[in-house]
Amino acid sequence: MSVVTNTGEPTLSHSYLAEVFISLKPVVNDPEGLAIRAGLHSLGYDGVESVRAGKYLRLTVTADTKADAEAEVARMCDQLLANPVMETYRVTVTALADH
Amino acid sequence: MRFGVVIFPGSNGDHDALSAVELGLGDEVVPIWHKERSVDHVDALLIPGGFSYGDYLRAGAIARFSPIMDAVTEFANAGGPVLGICNGFQILTEAHLLPGALLRNGSLHFVCTWVYVRVESDRTPFTADIDPGSVLRLPIAHGQGRYFVTPEQYDDLVTNDQIVFRYSDARGEVHDDHNPNASIDHIAGVSNVRGNVVGLMPHPERAYDLGIGGDDGLRVLRAARQAVIQAVRA
Repeated sequence: MSVVTNTGEPTLSHSYLAEVFISLKPVVNDPEGLAIRAGLHSLGYDGVESVRAGKYLRLTVTADTKADAEAEVARMCDQLLANPVMETYRVTVTALADH
Repeated sequence: MRFGVVIFPGSNGDHDALSAVELGLGDEVVPIWHKERSVDHVDALLIPGGFSYGDYLRAGAIARFSPIMDAVTEFANAGGPVLGICNGFQILTEAHLLPGALLRNGSLHFVCTWVYVRVESDRTPFTADIDPGSVLRLPIAHGQGRYFVTPEQYDDLVTNDQIVFRYSDARGEVHDDHNPNASIDHIAGVSNVRGNVVGLMPHPERAYDLGIGGDDGLRVLRAARQAVIQAVRA
C-alpha cells in the first residue's frame, strides 16, 4: 500500500508478523511448569531439568517500518499484554510479503 | 448510604453483592454497568467476583480498560471506599489501584471452600470497627488467588500497614496448612497506601446470613457503612 503525504514523499506501510512470548519472571514460582516437568519425568524424560510455562501471541500489524512495528508492539506489551509485576516478554517481528 | 456494584461481562458475584447489601445490610445498592462513566451517585463501591472477559489474557487485565474504570479510579483517588472481591481484587491490581498480582494457585486446583481469615489492620473502611486479630469465616472460590509482590513491594506493604487479611485457622494461627493458594506470607487481602481501597480473595458478600452458611461478611460491609457515615459527619 502506498500513501502520498502532503510533502509529496511517499510513505510505505507494510504488514508485519509480531510474535510475543510472555513468561513468568524467573523469581516467580511457576506451578504449571513444575507440573509439566513432573509429567515429563513420569514418562521417563529424566533429562528435563526445568520447564517454564508461558503464553504465545501472534499479531499481524501494519506499520511503516519494522522498527515502528517493534516499538508499537512493545508499548502494547507494557500496557496490556504482559503484567510487569510478574511477567517478562520478548517480541520478534518479521515482514510479511505485501499483497 | 448507597453502595454501588460494578458489573462487567462475566461478573458472577454481582447479584451476591447486591443481595448482601440489600438483604444482609438493609442498605440501598445500585448496579453499575461497566459501560457507564460515572459513580458520583454512590458512597462506596464493590467490584464483585467472577470471570470478567473470561479471564482472557490475565484475570482482570481487560476489565481494567472498561469505560467505568476511569470513574472508579477517580473515586478511589478522592478517598472513596472501594472493595474488590476475588476477580474484583484482580481487576484492582491490574488497574494499579492495589499493589501486586494474583497468580495461579500453588496447587493448580480451583479451590471452593470456607476459610478463616485474620483481620490484620483496622485502618481501612472495610475493617474499621473490627479489632485486629479477629477471625472471620468466609467462603473462597478461585483458581488464581496466589497473591504475589516483589520483595521491595512486600517491605512497603509491611511498612505502610497495607496487609489487611491473612489466611489462618479458626483461632487465628497462621500456617501453611491453612493457606489455600500459597499466597506470599499467607496474605488474603491488602489495601492501598491510603487505606480506602481494599482487595481480598475471600467473598464477604457470600456470607451475609446464617441461612447461607455464615454472616461474618456482614461485618466487612457494616464497617464500610459506619466509615462512610462517620466521614459525612466529620
